[in-house]
Amino acid sequence: MSARPTFLLDGVEVPFDPGQSVMQAALAAGRHIPHLCYHPEFKPHGSCKVCTARVDGRMMTSCTVPAEMATEVESDTEELNDLRRTLVQMLFAEGNHFCPSCEQSGNCLLQALGYDLGVMTAGFRHLFPDRPVDASHPEILLDFNRCILCELCVRASREVDGKDVFALAGRGIEKHLVVNAESGRLGDTNAAAADKAMSVCPVGVILRKREGFHVPIGERRFDRSPVSDQASDFAPRKPEATRG
Amino acid sequence: MEGPAAPSATLPLDDAAATALERALARWGREPVRLLQVLREVQEALGWLPPPALTAVSRALGVPLAQVRGVVAFYSFLHAEPRGEYRLLFSDDVPDRMAGSGQRLAEMCERLWLEPGKLSEDGLVSVERTPALGLCDQAPALLVNGRPVTRLTAARAGQVCELVLARVPLEAWPADLFEVEDHVRRRDVLLGDDTRPGEALDAAFARGDAAGLGPQSLLDEIKAARLLGRGGAGFTTGVKWESCSRQPVTPRVVVCNADEGEPGTFKDRLLLRRHFDLVVEGMTLAAWAIGATLGFVYLRGEYRWLLDSLEATLARRREAGLLGRSIRGRPGFDFDIEIHVGAGSYVCGEASALVESLEGKRGIPRNRPPRLAEVGYRGLPTIVNNVESYCAAALIARHGADWFKSRGTARSSGTKLLSVSGDCARPGIYEYPFGVAVREVLADCGGEGAIAVQAGGPSGACLGQDEFGRRVAFEDIETGGALVVFGPERDMFEVARHYAHFFAEESCGFCTPCRVGTSLLKTLVDKVAEGKGTPRDLAEIERLGGVLRTASHCGLGESAPRPLIDTLRRFRPAWERRLGSSSMEPSFDLDGALARARRMTGRDDEGAHLPP
Ligand SMILES: Cc1cc2nc3c(=O)[nH]c(=O)nc-3n(C[C@H](O)[C@H](O)[C@H](O)COP(=O)(O)O)c2cc1C
Ligand code: SF4
Ligand code: SF4
Ligand code: FES
Repeated sequence: MSARPTFLLDGVEVPFDPGQSVMQAALAAGRHIPHLCYHPEFKPHGSCKVCTARVDGRMMTSCTVPAEMATEVESDTEELNDLRRTLVQMLFAEGNHFCPSCEQSGNCLLQALGYDLGVMTAGFRHLFPDRPVDASHPEILLDFNRCILCELCVRASREVDGKDVFALAGRGIEKHLVVNAESGRLGDTNAAAADKAMSVCPVGVILRKREGFHVPIGERRFDRSPVSDQASDFAPRKPEATRG
Repeated sequence: MEGPAAPSATLPLDDAAATALERALARWGREPVRLLQVLREVQEALGWLPPPALTAVSRALGVPLAQVRGVVAFYSFLHAEPRGEYRLLFSDDVPDRMAGSGQRLAEMCERLWLEPGKLSEDGLVSVERTPALGLCDQAPALLVNGRPVTRLTAARAGQVCELVLARVPLEAWPADLFEVEDHVRRRDVLLGDDTRPGEALDAAFARGDAAGLGPQSLLDEIKAARLLGRGGAGFTTGVKWESCSRQPVTPRVVVCNADEGEPGTFKDRLLLRRHFDLVVEGMTLAAWAIGATLGFVYLRGEYRWLLDSLEATLARRREAGLLGRSIRGRPGFDFDIEIHVGAGSYVCGEASALVESLEGKRGIPRNRPPRLAEVGYRGLPTIVNNVESYCAAALIARHGADWFKSRGTARSSGTKLLSVSGDCARPGIYEYPFGVAVREVLADCGGEGAIAVQAGGPSGACLGQDEFGRRVAFEDIETGGALVVFGPERDMFEVARHYAHFFAEESCGFCTPCRVGTSLLKTLVDKVAEGKGTPRDLAEIERLGGVLRTASHCGLGESAPRPLIDTLRRFRPAWERRLGSSSMEPSFDLDGALARARRMTGRDDEGAHLPP
């Protein structure tokens, strides 16, 4: 077999398979590129922008650039990490994130990324949106205060569960997640706790009831090691999500 | 397609809504991609979209209710809450404001006894604002139930109020209220064109047949003419068409971008209204060149009042064998055009967001690759071009590349339509060969006293007096054609602030930097406007601007900081005089406070002093 093609990521060769994105190839090679809306089982979304890298001189999202198009990728630079810190601060400012009281603390990708990038300050005056919690479902609680609008739950429900339980509404800073029922409440949908959509949220919006703090804080996924040391866990699992 | 997931008890649909829905479905069919057009037509009949209508649309098209609601909440012209029998929509563009739209709005709200954005208690009338109606040359303007009323003097505004209060049906309003001027001030080859329907097509066929090259000859001609897209970004039209024509997938699709959403722009209004035959001729030529059978005109919702005349032109051309099957008697050349009407969203002018909107969805710009030329409308190879670009293509087909290139500059061949408005004696539409200096345009339009010109709308450059020698051409000032002129009494800070609000309002919300960043920028500018700003805030605006420019997903977020950055550079005093006095000196005298503490505690050690 001939050698796999490669590109340079921060000066080190990364091999890739045709069709892979820069992100997928990097993670598969155990190299971390910060990300939030990327998920190993889904098609890229390209919305959070924290994976922005300099690809042959141009700023692009690593999760959407085909590896074939890349020769030299710069990712771990002060300029780019600065940009990422600002984006993470924007997401914190946009929602209501009180990490110490959040069940997802330690398992939350946003929080983990914040630590990893060394986000020390709030950065912006927070917008404090008014987003009521939905506790109508017997097994699932929705706390929209923490939604970063990555659409993973929307994508999972449509593509894997075949249910379309979630959708996005509005635009600009008013953009928000909505639930597919006339009442707008999760309890009035056919959502089930076993759905893929209920397990993909990277932050603390979609929570299982009565399971809170099951694993004590301090022993959770990102408490044990920083997210940047877990690249391989995010390597693409299937070339593409199965269509429901 | 699966229906919506188990909704709870369904609300009843009344007769009016049921009839409206039936008519919309009969016209558009029951596919999910028809969602936006069906919603728009149901609303035209009912004035708004009551919840039972949304449920019924969701059922009929097989689109989940949440998605239907998501679409309604995305487009600012779709209403999930009741609106008045008379719906007044004020144009809130900068030239409207300069012409006194704020004053008119206040007067009318007082006369009609309501607040902007609220429905009057009797349900008779509602008044709202929208970013731009494309009528800046006859500002201030508003729409009444979609029909334009321009040059809104106090007298005309009063007349509108009386008609509304007397419940006079729109058909019985005096016709002069609805007059829209063309304001053509300078003609060159495009506006002076006399091409008869079919003439450019015949010329293209003849050239193709003579060379034995068929459609390739037209692609070659467009490339040789070096036609660059007129929508603002200046893509090479010939290259785009050719790459689409090489795609293995058929049918292919030709889309005309008639969204004209850039504030200050209104030249496409004229082309649609007076030269639509030439636009369609250009689209038909494009269809022949790339082998397309499907065509769309995406007409901005603000131009809904043009729809009937556009449909009539299409019908006439179908009858004349210029659209439909075997066009001009050429077997196998089948092409037809459908007009889709937008619903109040600036980002839908972005080509890939426009295609999403054509598919009935929220207008979110797509990820690239793939390009639209490969995977566009419903996965089909698609080209999207500006209205004026299709006109230029038709002229090239008729007269040839050399003729076309004889006007303009080395890189920018041909002519450009400019929409000129603001502080000038003769606002309107000016056609110049590319390369015209801003100063020359100012002289022609009677705007010599200008202190600034916003070229290309808020996404373009804000030019100061020392830059009026610059030229409209892709080599220098790239512009979709808007020139807003500002006289000496104008406050450029307020102009920038207005645009900051515009972008925050119009951000589609897909990507983090633009969704959050435009709101943060708006908040910072408002803080400065309130006199609470500091030099740090100005630096923060510049820094955030950099983040939006580098990390945004589409051109909207990339250009959103531009009016702020440009005016900070060129009109800094207009910003600085807003800064609170607190910014000049520290508002809290820390050492003074420490001195008091030292006295009270009797301390005088190192820790009781400020670090040096
Ligand atoms: C936010 C945004 C709004 C746009 N609005 C328009 C528009 O109203 N009309 C237009 O022709 N192009 C608009 N464009 C440019 C289109 O994306 C696209 O480049 C253009 O329609 C291509 O046509 P052309 O090559 O003929 O210029 C817009 C782009 C952006 C980013
Ligand atoms: S709920 Fe979670 S998965 Fe869904 S959009 Fe919000 S952050 Fe993403
Ligand atoms: S830049 Fe703004 S308008 Fe464009 S995709 Fe991002 S949020 Fe939407
Ligand atoms: S991970 Fe690439 S944009 Fe979110």
